Amino acid sequence: MSRPLRVLVGKPGLDGHDRGAKVVAASLRDRGMEVIYTGLHRTPQQIVDAAEQEDVDVIGLSILSGSHMELLPQVRALLAERGLDHVLLIAGGIIPEDEARELERRGYARVFGPGTATGDIADFIEHNARRTS
Amino acid sequence: MTAPLTAATSALEDLLAEFRAGKVGALARAISWVENRHPQSGALLDAVYPQVGRAWRTGVTGPPGAGKSTLVDGLARHWGAAGRSVGLVAVDPTSPFSGGALLGDRVRMDRALSQTGVYVRSMANRGSLGGLSLAAVAAADLLDAFGFQEVLLETVGVGQAEIDVAAAADTTVVVLTPASGDSVQAMKAGLMEVADLFVVNKADTPGAERLQTELEDMLGLRRAAAPRPEVLLCRALADQGVAEVAQAIERRRAADQASGRLEARRRARDLARVRRLVVEGLRAELWHEQEIQEAAARALAHGERPDEVARKLVRSILEGIQRNGGPA
Repeated sequence: MSRPLRVLVGKPGLDGHDRGAKVVAASLRDRGMEVIYTGLHRTPQQIVDAAEQEDVDVIGLSILSGSHMELLPQVRALLAERGLDHVLLIAGGIIPEDEARELERRGYARVFGPGTATGDIADFIEHNARRTS
Repeated sequence: MTAPLTAATSALEDLLAEFRAGKVGALARAISWVENRHPQSGALLDAVYPQVGRAWRTGVTGPPGAGKSTLVDGLARHWGAAGRSVGLVAVDPTSPFSGGALLGDRVRMDRALSQTGVYVRSMANRGSLGGLSLAAVAAADLLDAFGFQEVLLETVGVGQAEIDVAAAADTTVVVLTPASGDSVQAMKAGLMEVADLFVVNKADTPGAERLQTELEDMLGLRRAAAPRPEVLLCRALADQGVAEVAQAIERRRAADQASGRLEARRRARDLARVRRLVVEGLRAELWHEQEIQEAAARALAHGERPDEVARKLVRSILEGIQRNGGPA
């Protein structure tokens, strides 16, 4: 039997709304994944520290504050710095279409918008995550 | 034929080199190896074994919502501020329905996490029979070998395997609150026997002092093979009483070290681990899930009784070993 995928669900920045993150976290657990939830108000540094300590295969970031073009590229850059390029990086939240595509050009495998079915996120992860250890 | 072996050996050597250089990512991967029963995980544990045994291990267990993570966060900050490096393994249950898990201990650990040097690893118990304790105790060994001075093992005290993990520590702290029921509930859950120290958390809620008195009374009734556990009041969230808990842990360690009880406990821990590894090894060698399932289903369909079916299966497994010239 293959091991469960390990997924970090994180909330970077200052918005205090984590209902979406929790719904996604619960749906990934229900698909057999081990989901590590960081809690609110995390800096990119704290998120990357957590991902490294927890040896995750996937990072999913939820952001509703509008600071996605600031914070999300920082997470990507820190991952590269730590040699964690193998981690599948995805995001979701209130992110305008053009900026979502821009983030996808800058290292995010997929940016999900409002209305995404949770099953689609789980499917995407199952198809794209790589188990490296 | 040698290529895969060489690749495996060099993967192990690369990991060990980074682990010894103090790379956090290597520690994290090492724990994954153990957790995933990587073919080289045994060799990995053998290789680091000479560095194991320097850390103090504290187990923290208790019912859900008692404040274990918050207390652990406080202990980590207390020891961190005293200049000691802290590593933590936090175990949460795997869903028996999906095989997934929601690991939320980091949420309550944010104050400690903002201090440098605290390493936190969340583990799911993966529903394994006894396997949890093997993986979590091996993870504690890795934290120890990596150089952390204080190793904390946090588990929900809901099942025997979880309690075993906490009990595998040098010192075991049981966290209760007035809301977790009276001391009889703690006895039912098997928590009384493993505690070296009781913490009544959320001490500002009604009933805290009564629970403390009840626990003291219960402990007074026990025959004193071991020193009597202290019972402390604490409000972990407000940081009240956490330093006192840390000091009580240190007192207990010192007493157990002086009396030789610590040494005996570490020996017992190794013995228990060998026993579990042997059982698991035998299971892996002898238990062929599908064959046994099918044989059992056939026999049951013929109207045989479950006990009878089990006895026959044991006999046929043993006969299989004898036919192959006895145990290897």
